[in-house]
Formats: sequence, structure tokens, C-alpha cells
Amino acid sequence: MMFTVTTFAVLIALGIALVRAFLGPTVFDRILAVNSVGTKTVLLIAILGFLTGRPDFLDIAIVYALINFIGVVAVLKFVKYGDMASSGDGGEPT
Amino acid sequence: MIITLVDIALLTFMGATAFAILRLRSLFAVVMLSGVYSLLAASMFVALDAVDVAFTEAAVGAGISTVLMMATLALTGERERPSRHTPYVPLAVVLITGAALIYATFDMPPFGAADAPVNLHVAPRYLNDSFAEVGLPNVVTSVLASYRGYDTLGEVTVIFTAGVAVMLLLGGRKGDDAGIKNEPPEDDTGADDGGSAA
Repeated sequence: MMFTVTTFAVLIALGIALVRAFLGPTVFDRILAVNSVGTKTVLLIAILGFLTGRPDFLDIAIVYALINFIGVVAVLKFVKYGDMASSGDGGEPT
Repeated sequence: MIITLVDIALLTFMGATAFAILRLRSLFAVVMLSGVYSLLAASMFVALDAVDVAFTEAAVGAGISTVLMMATLALTGERERPSRHTPYVPLAVVLITGAALIYATFDMPPFGAADAPVNLHVAPRYLNDSFAEVGLPNVVTSVLASYRGYDTLGEVTVIFTAGVAVMLLLGGRKGDDAGIKNEPPEDDTGADDGGSAA
């Protein structure tokens, strides 16, 4: 029962984050929305594991969290420097 | 029951994301939303018990694809050119094809049925004999590494070739980097080429 309620809560939060990703007037709204969708995905996968009685999927959820983090860092780097290969030293933020 | 509701919710979100991708003109937003779509698809795969597929989808779709698309956006423009024609004929073709495919699913056996043809062909032999024949506890690994060994070898060759090609494209001419960066007009023509080619 507890997991069911949590699943619905996560799904609603996922929907709200998606609406922000669709509407988001600025770039940062969308980046934050995508990051938040990724977090909700991690939570959803973890809860689904417990909901179906197979909590082995917890490792996968942790790996998703890492992928999400790396992806957001790469996107933010692109937004700030306009270039993936920039080291960030001395380059003027544009 | 609850899993069915989760499936419905995830599919609805995926459909909404796809429509948003179609309607948006800002390519940055489209790249972000395709990352969202991959994450939703990965959740869907987990809900369908295909954890390994979900893992690949998250790593490739949400991780690498987003980064590569971002790198592409750095070289081209950020706005999609508005289309000048109204694509009613392609829309009709897509709708008819989709309706035919949905009609075809009525003839399919139920999802996961034990007497479906796909579960009667070679699957029982893999499940029963693979441990004695190959000696691996994981049946999927036995199929990929032994029964389908040549297929896997071909896949690895394709991935290796693609990796070599990408490394040649991205890192092949380090000496020219400074020249490319200091010429903004060249970037503009590059963006036009990309737009017309797309």
C-alpha cells in the first residue's frame, strides 16, 4: 500500500516536471526539468523494484542517477561555453 | 493492476513528449525533450521487466545521444527552419500504416503467452539444455556468447568501426582547432549547409 501511494506521488511529480519541460521559457527551466525527470525516473525504478517484490533493480537506479548527473553536467557545459571540448580555464563565458 | 496504471501513465507521458518535440522549433528544447523521452522509455522497459534493455536505453539514449546532439548544436544553428508546405499526404500515409499495424496486433498472441510461437521455437531448448551445453548460469549470456556467437561478433565489429569513425571525426585534426574557432563566418555557412541538408 505504501509503495502504491509513493508510485502515484512520483508519477504526479513526473507529470509536473514534464509540463515545465514543455513550457519552460528559458533554457535553464528545461535543463532543471530534465534533471528532475531523471531523478523521478531513478525513484520510479527503485519503487517498481519493491512494488514487484524484486528489489535487485536498485543498482540500476543508482547507475541511472550517475548517467543523469553526467548528462546534465555536459549540457550545462555546452550552455555556458558553447563547446564540449572547452576546459573552462580562461575561456570567457558567453 | 498498479503496474498497468504505471504503464498507462508512462505511455501517456511518452506520447505527450513526442507531440511536444514535433511542435517545438527550438532545437535545444528538442534535444532536452528527447532525453526526457529516453528516460521515460527506460522506465517503460523496467516496467516490462526488460532491465538490460532499459539500461542500454538510458546509457545510449539519455546519456550519449544528448551529449552528441549538444555537440552538434554547437556547430549548427539552434532554431529549426519553419517548413513551407503542409504535409497532409505523409500524415495520411502514417495514419493508414499505423491503423494497419494496430489492426495486425489483434492477431497476435497475448503478451507473454507460454504457447506463443516465439516461445515454442528454440526457447525451450535454450532454457533446458544451455547449462549442460555451454555451462553458464545466465541463459541470455549463453545465447549471446555461444549460440549467436557470429551475430555478436558482427555487432562488435560494427560498434568498433563506428567508434573508430567517431574518433576520427572528433579528434582527427587537433591542429586546426584554433583556426576553426576564430572564424565565425565559417560557422554561419556551416549552419546553412546543415539546415539545407536536413
